[in-house]
Amino acid sequence: MFSLWGARMRFDTYGGILKTSLFGAFKRTATLGTVALGATALLLTGCGQAPAPAGGGSTGGTDAAANYLGCIVSDSGGFDDRSFNQSSYEGLKKTVADLGIKMKEAQSTTKADFEPNLNQMANAGCNLTFTVGFLLADATKNVATANKDLHYAIIDDSSINLPNVKPVVYDTAQAAFMAGYTAASVSKTGKVGTFGGINIPTVTIFMDGFADGVKYYNEKMGKSVQLLGWNKDTQQGVFANTFDIIQEGTKATNNLIGDGADVIMPVAGPLGTGAGDAILAANKDGKDVKLVWVDSDGVLTAPTYKSILLTSVIKTMGEAVETIVKDDMAGKFDPTPYIGTLKNGGVALAPFHDLDSSVSAETKTQLDAIKKGIIDGTITVTSKSSPK
Amino acid sequence: MSETPSIPAPTPAPTPAPTPDSKDVKDAEGTRVIREIMSGNAIISVLAVLVALVIGGILIAITDPRVTAASGYFFADPGATFSAIWASVSEAYGALWRGATYDPTARTWQGQLGIFETLTFATPLILAGLAVTLAFRAGLFNIGAQGQIIMGATFAGVVGFQMHLPPVIHLLAVILAGAIGGAIWAGIAGFLKARTGAHEVIVTIMLNYIAVSFVLYLLKNQLKAPGSTNPISPQMDANAMLPLLLGPNFRVNAGLILAILAVIAVAWLLNRSTLGFEYRAIGANPKAARTAGMIVSRGYITVMLISGALAGLAGVTQIAGTEKSLDSEIAGSIGFDAITVALLGRSKPWGTFFAALLFGAFKAGGTSMAVNADVSIDIVAVVQSLIVLFIAAPPLIRSMFRIKAVRPEGAKA
Repeated sequence: MFSLWGARMRFDTYGGILKTSLFGAFKRTATLGTVALGATALLLTGCGQAPAPAGGGSTGGTDAAANYLGCIVSDSGGFDDRSFNQSSYEGLKKTVADLGIKMKEAQSTTKADFEPNLNQMANAGCNLTFTVGFLLADATKNVATANKDLHYAIIDDSSINLPNVKPVVYDTAQAAFMAGYTAASVSKTGKVGTFGGINIPTVTIFMDGFADGVKYYNEKMGKSVQLLGWNKDTQQGVFANTFDIIQEGTKATNNLIGDGADVIMPVAGPLGTGAGDAILAANKDGKDVKLVWVDSDGVLTAPTYKSILLTSVIKTMGEAVETIVKDDMAGKFDPTPYIGTLKNGGVALAPFHDLDSSVSAETKTQLDAIKKGIIDGTITVTSKSSPK
Repeated sequence: MSETPSIPAPTPAPTPAPTPDSKDVKDAEGTRVIREIMSGNAIISVLAVLVALVIGGILIAITDPRVTAASGYFFADPGATFSAIWASVSEAYGALWRGATYDPTARTWQGQLGIFETLTFATPLILAGLAVTLAFRAGLFNIGAQGQIIMGATFAGVVGFQMHLPPVIHLLAVILAGAIGGAIWAGIAGFLKARTGAHEVIVTIMLNYIAVSFVLYLLKNQLKAPGSTNPISPQMDANAMLPLLLGPNFRVNAGLILAILAVIAVAWLLNRSTLGFEYRAIGANPKAARTAGMIVSRGYITVMLISGALAGLAGVTQIAGTEKSLDSEIAGSIGFDAITVALLGRSKPWGTFFAALLFGAFKAGGTSMAVNADVSIDIVAVVQSLIVLFIAAPPLIRSMFRIKAVRPEGAKA
């Protein structure tokens, strides 16, 4: 049937490439799910009581707060990336709930969306707009220049030098150091692995810290745990070269497992789920591989993998978002970069959750000491990519 | 355009008896389906848009928490549900309309004039839509506009940021390079089709992937902006940019003029030139065209070259119009939206133009809808997909179920 085949071909093209990323597909599925839920709700619960006419006045928050508009624009990952878009978004949502401010949001699907989205936010009169990711740097700069009376905060980028833009960056190497140490301590094969999405500073900073942590463990314990997938000296390693194609994460993980790694840290946003799937499959075949999540606590954002999740290297975006909004509301906005560290709680190592028993008490004590050491500067974590 | 010769559709043989030459039968069937989809009349296009908007409205209403809440006490106060539905849908489509045309609620006067954003978004869609349209008319399904846009933008970019030429000349060189880039990429598919019979759908799809990977490779090596760690090229020279038509406050640029000129040129080519007549003849029936003395293989190659050049120009309006630098997402989803635009425009040049304006309005208004009415931008994608479905479904269903073909004009419209 040529006609059938032709038709299918065409629609495959639409579904598959139109919204290139699997993410798009995921989002649409989510929308459909909501639709189905909504329809069910309509059918099932049509018999409730009508509410009494509402008495005036909004709930909570002062008038100033009610007039304050906090906005957020995602990069192409979308707010459901289980990574930094999502945690910034949730941070702002929490701030909205805490302070009673208003909020607007816009997701970008490609680079071409950034500036239109930011322009819309300016049109809507957003007092403060969070732009998530270095990809938005150019657009943020342009729109912030054109709207000098509005404030902006850009996450994971420190290239903009404008009086109304506050960079928000994270020294994730510090928390990744602790993850590296933990990973080395639980490895049975003596090999741990990591891979990145794209070889860019916000990714490799994790890998640098992880490498240092493994090295520190080896020095401290006289072991020789090997790190696969990243060479800190040459700044080269395994990269999927995408943040969109989940299967690339599966592929990279399978290769690392094949080479003997039994703790793996993917630093590739949504590709972490591909890594998780690969590990679940490998463990079914008798391996014992563990996963280290990044950006958010994986047990909370990707609970599917909690049985293999050793820990997560977290950027606590929520704290930063709330602090910046509060400062701005109080008229104390300033463009000096916010740098998240172990010290100010901007970065952290997540709890071990279900795998708590696989981490020895000795390691836990050591980790406390390491955290203290990094904070007071007796242990130095260096990364070319650390924010200055 | 009534001068389109209505070459009678190959009268559907009552029952296509299995002949030894069944490949030809299948081929003819495929071509017929494509032609039927492409030649639906204007009313089908308009209805498709309306029905898609209605279904989109239903989705907006169902996903709105206010509607869900009000439906909780539907039997106690049905009016509340309906007014919630009305509020939800009118708010969303109101924001869509204002964002695409004129928005008095925006903070600045520049922000109020969304119509210029519509025109900005429509510009590459017009050009890429024309690329698909032109190939369609010669019976070729060019799925590869995406790859051709990328190659066009890459060629244009290399000239734009690696060469430094005087004003005007630089821009002309950029435009020419973009057209050549797209033409080469589509020409490969045309050449393979003409020489080996390789199906252009498969070849152009595969070339899309190759284009993305190729540009990523270049961006990581030769074309990477100095000092940058990201796969993004340096910015274009100021001389290489398409001039902004309304000053720095608006993104609308000379690409729009380029696009309108292209519409006029393609309309002339198809309807008034010998070459265009050949293309339409080949599209209607390649065998008859061959019998009539036309060189079908040459037609395939040249039409793909022109089609690719048009898509390449869409790449030019992206990189030299709005984006300024090259990255692997330079084509966005334009190459695929272009197929819908061509479908909706019934593969007529001016039809494509207006369909592109509509999609530009969806794009400009969609952002406003997402921000101001808190409706997911995915709704716009759903509406666009539904449009395709409604345009494509009637003939597809007829063909699949072997329902006797009614001429599209006589049926629903």
